[in-house]
Amino acid sequence: MDKFKKIAFDCRLTVLDMIYKAKAGHIGGSMSAMEVLVSLYFGVMDMGKDRFILSKGHIAEALYAVLAHRGIISYEELMTFGAFDSALAGHPTSGVNGVEFATGALGHGLGVGVGMALGLSSKVYVLMGDGELAEGSNWEAMMAAAKYKLSNLIGIVDRNKLQISGETESVMPLEDLGAKFRAFGWEVNEVNGHEPHAIIEALKQPQTKPRVLITNTIKGYGAKIMENNPIWHHHIPDEAQYHEIKESFVKRRNQYE
Amino acid sequence: MSKVSCRMAFTSTIEAIAANDETIYMVCTDSRGSVTSGGFAKKYPGRFIEAGIAEQNAISIAAGLSTTGKNVFVAGPACFLSARGYEQIKTDVAYNQTNVKIIGVSAGVSYGPLGGTHTNLHDFAGLRALPNIEIFAPSDGVQTAFITQYLAKSNTPAYMRMGRGDVDTVYPQDEAFDIHKAKLVKDGTDITLIACGEMVSPAIKAAEILEKEGVSARVLDMFCLKPADKEAIIKAAKETKAIVTIEEHSIHGGLGELVCAVVAQHHPTKVEVLAFPDEEYKVGKSHELFAYYGLTPGGIAQAAIRRILC
Ligand SMILES: [Mg+2]
Repeated sequence: MDKFKKIAFDCRLTVLDMIYKAKAGHIGGSMSAMEVLVSLYFGVMDMGKDRFILSKGHIAEALYAVLAHRGIISYEELMTFGAFDSALAGHPTSGVNGVEFATGALGHGLGVGVGMALGLSSKVYVLMGDGELAEGSNWEAMMAAAKYKLSNLIGIVDRNKLQISGETESVMPLEDLGAKFRAFGWEVNEVNGHEPHAIIEALKQPQTKPRVLITNTIKGYGAKIMENNPIWHHHIPDEAQYHEIKESFVKRRNQYE
Repeated sequence: MSKVSCRMAFTSTIEAIAANDETIYMVCTDSRGSVTSGGFAKKYPGRFIEAGIAEQNAISIAAGLSTTGKNVFVAGPACFLSARGYEQIKTDVAYNQTNVKIIGVSAGVSYGPLGGTHTNLHDFAGLRALPNIEIFAPSDGVQTAFITQYLAKSNTPAYMRMGRGDVDTVYPQDEAFDIHKAKLVKDGTDITLIACGEMVSPAIKAAEILEKEGVSARVLDMFCLKPADKEAIIKAAKETKAIVTIEEHSIHGGLGELVCAVVAQHHPTKVEVLAFPDEEYKVGKSHELFAYYGLTPGGIAQAAIRRILC
């Protein structure tokens, strides 16, 4: 039995329905980051005190699904995702309960997180994609976080090694990513991003300076047809694929019951 | 007329406010010299965030910090903040409606001798197109202090741009302004001169020249470009025969186009736009560039007479 993994697959099923209904969304990255989101919202964050910024805003539907499973937004609202005049846009907007900062332009979350961490004593978590680390503003933020010794700032990189055009290492190489963060004055931890207990344990460790958790993940995790295939960055499943993915998610969820 | 720079009026005002208001923070981009914010940094080191030469990050940090109950001013050269930081202003400040006040100093052609990289004739155009952000261009130190006091109380995102050098003091020390209304500096019946920023003083002098020629000129100080005081523009279109706009900005997207759009839709009248033409940036001190482009009392008066006659 694994409560967190089960919740993650429940959320995956919700996201699949949202995307299939809206005919829009970013399914691959939503699946790679799901255990991280569930770990944060169900196992780590002090709700109402700690802050979360989804810098990789294009997986808004994953965040919305987790917020709904956490009881912060309603399922009714959830199903308006992508509809005309819905608050639930394809990237998090500040009109949604539980969304602390509207994101979507990449490379903004970490800088905003630095500002929040400067003004708060509670924790600030920023989830970034790996592709977005090519934005130079992230590296400006890393320098500032180290300068101000922000021991309440935690970056998380969803290291699925893919971005829209293909492998991160061919689009714009990031490795040695941990060494880069370390050179910028950060503590670095690395975990399997689909193991909530490992994620939670790593996030709860005390820190004396800004910390990044590199979560090694599989894009499209949970259904074989999507896994590690860059076309599923924002591919919308057809009917047959929808059922195949759903079946896989249900099977996986039931394993953890 | 006495002279004082708007940037020093800003920094002395914000320093005084910050003494009694601990929510006031300042973020800078290795710009404490150009802003004259060294005094703030010394007095309130815990509320002064040095982001280094990194405009994008400075604005993101300010936005994040403001969500923790702070009233954050980001101050640096306008040419960099408004261009390098544009996406951060668009999303982290305007779109998120964060309590951030962006202070662009050495705006327009203040850095004229330094070349085109430091020219800032685009900021009104870029920022006017963003929802949720107010835009101010004060004409003197008194008005700068007044707007600064407003910004220190307001929760609305705002951008205030000002020049580098000393400017004529246009207003008496205790002058009051209606923050979102154009300031009627001088009434007149034949023509209206609408100016903002450093162009208000030459517009007033132009009105004096015109007076001697028997032309009665109204002078409006449009220090708040957004929200714009449409009523004052429409009133000028109705009550005077023509309008001349004067600004230290490109002809595209600034005060001139703003006034043209209002009169074209509400009360068509003749408008002459005095601004920087759409051409390669020229090198020169601001007063030399103003003279070259006719942004002087004489140039403004001539344009006014031309407009009335044709
Ligand atoms: Mg990726």
